[in-house]
Amino acid sequence: MLLEIRNLRRAFGAVVVADDISLDVAEGEALGIVGPNGAGKSSLFNLITGQLKPDGGNILLDGADITNAPVRRRVHDGIGRSFQIPQPFEHMTTFENVSVAACFGAGGSEAEEQEHVIDVLHRTGLLPKANMPAGSLSLLERKRLEMARALATKPRLLLLDEIAGGLTEAECQSLIATIQEINSGGTTIVWIEHVTHALLAVVSRLIAIDFGKIIGEGNPKAVMDSEAVRQIYLGMEA
Amino acid sequence: MFVLDTLIQGILLGGLYALFATGLSLIFGVMRLVNLAHGDFMIVGAFAVLVLVEALGLPIVFAAALAGIAMFILGYALQRLLLNRALGKDILPPLLVTFGLSIILQNGMLETFSADTRRLSFGPLSEASIPLGGGLAAGVVPVLTFASAVLVILFLNWLFYRTETGRAFRATSDNPEIAQLMGIDNNRIFSLAMALALVVVAIAGLYLGTRATFDPLIGPSRLIFAFEAVIIGGLGSFWGTLIGGIILGLAQTAGAQVSPEWQTLSGHVVFLIVLVLRPRGLFPRSVD
Repeated sequence: MLLEIRNLRRAFGAVVVADDISLDVAEGEALGIVGPNGAGKSSLFNLITGQLKPDGGNILLDGADITNAPVRRRVHDGIGRSFQIPQPFEHMTTFENVSVAACFGAGGSEAEEQEHVIDVLHRTGLLPKANMPAGSLSLLERKRLEMARALATKPRLLLLDEIAGGLTEAECQSLIATIQEINSGGTTIVWIEHVTHALLAVVSRLIAIDFGKIIGEGNPKAVMDSEAVRQIYLGMEA
Repeated sequence: MFVLDTLIQGILLGGLYALFATGLSLIFGVMRLVNLAHGDFMIVGAFAVLVLVEALGLPIVFAAALAGIAMFILGYALQRLLLNRALGKDILPPLLVTFGLSIILQNGMLETFSADTRRLSFGPLSEASIPLGGGLAAGVVPVLTFASAVLVILFLNWLFYRTETGRAFRATSDNPEIAQLMGIDNNRIFSLAMALALVVVAIAGLYLGTRATFDPLIGPSRLIFAFEAVIIGGLGSFWGTLIGGIILGLAQTAGAQVSPEWQTLSGHVVFLIVLVLRPRGLFPRSVD
């Protein structure tokens, strides 16, 4: 197993964002996560990256306990993430944003990583914007930059947080193709997404979360059609 | 001629104030830390050079280089062992810690070196000047000071904008939380920034000690000049800091022509005018 989560718990006062969550992610898998806003999806990512400390439970990467490891060590161990709300380094160019991730996340020198940076910029369609300040990018470009930076750290486990929201259908299709390509290259993907058709095009397994609990897990179609998900998740969408 | 002389002396004095201010600007830029002990560290730098010259008989340039290395190590250790623990969302703890450091440094120096005023000297160069024609002249030491300020700023700009380490400085400055997700060790980056800042502080201490006398307690009054130069120039730009220093230097030199009491005062007045008209300084960062 690449990632194992064991009885993970975290609460902010009375609000429980992770309520005894246990979850396995196999190497090479593409796993989708759905759930209403505030269900604890992004908090689960924060717990996996180490930005949030759990109240209890364990997180294992390759069988090694990383529950208390600092954020940057988890990056070096192969965990990369993108944010729902893009947070580029605004005062730096697109190239510099990706270059920082490549040099410090993947561990090579600037010269060693140059090709990798250009490859990532090319794959995410950002090459024409390489020398623009990241603060001047459009929302779509910022979302791509989120993915580009995560990819630049050469992750084995890529956590994508609502990366398809707000895209046109054509943009969405090209994003799906990119993510499929990354996954078929051997990178494990865990993807939180409200745009279900995009998600279902990529993932082979789906979990549904509500109030910090896993309320459905298994075949994506079966999970989306299950009574619990239809009531809680789709019911809130309507 | 009289006006031209004031201009030249003012600009050269501005180089000294830019040196005072650059370390402060660097630290604030990278980690949003206001170092209230900054002025006292300059005096520590000046005493370090003095001790190396007097006790070991080293030429002043070698003494300054050694002091710079010592300050680099001191800065790294200070940040790693103390200041990193005080940094966080709340800006008050680092203010209190550096205020405490300021008191400790002043009293430590008072105990070690007494309250006597001291001076550093470049030997025969101290009195030398470069004739500029028409009866005008510029002192060699003020010119060296100004050139050092420009070199320090050129170096820092190269480091920040042309190297991997510089990108890590800027990334951490922009968003420390995301920087960690890019695999950057923020604590190490902050320590390196403080180490560099204290090297600049040592250079500032050298010229502070050669321009005028110093004693263990004058740090805070020099800190005010550093703050004024940084704020006039606008946070986030080293060249802005140089311009801020020059404006302060010009204001003080012009004020001194009116009356000696007006020297410091006119600097403060210009600072207040800039603060009223351009609260973010003359050259602020585009987005903040």
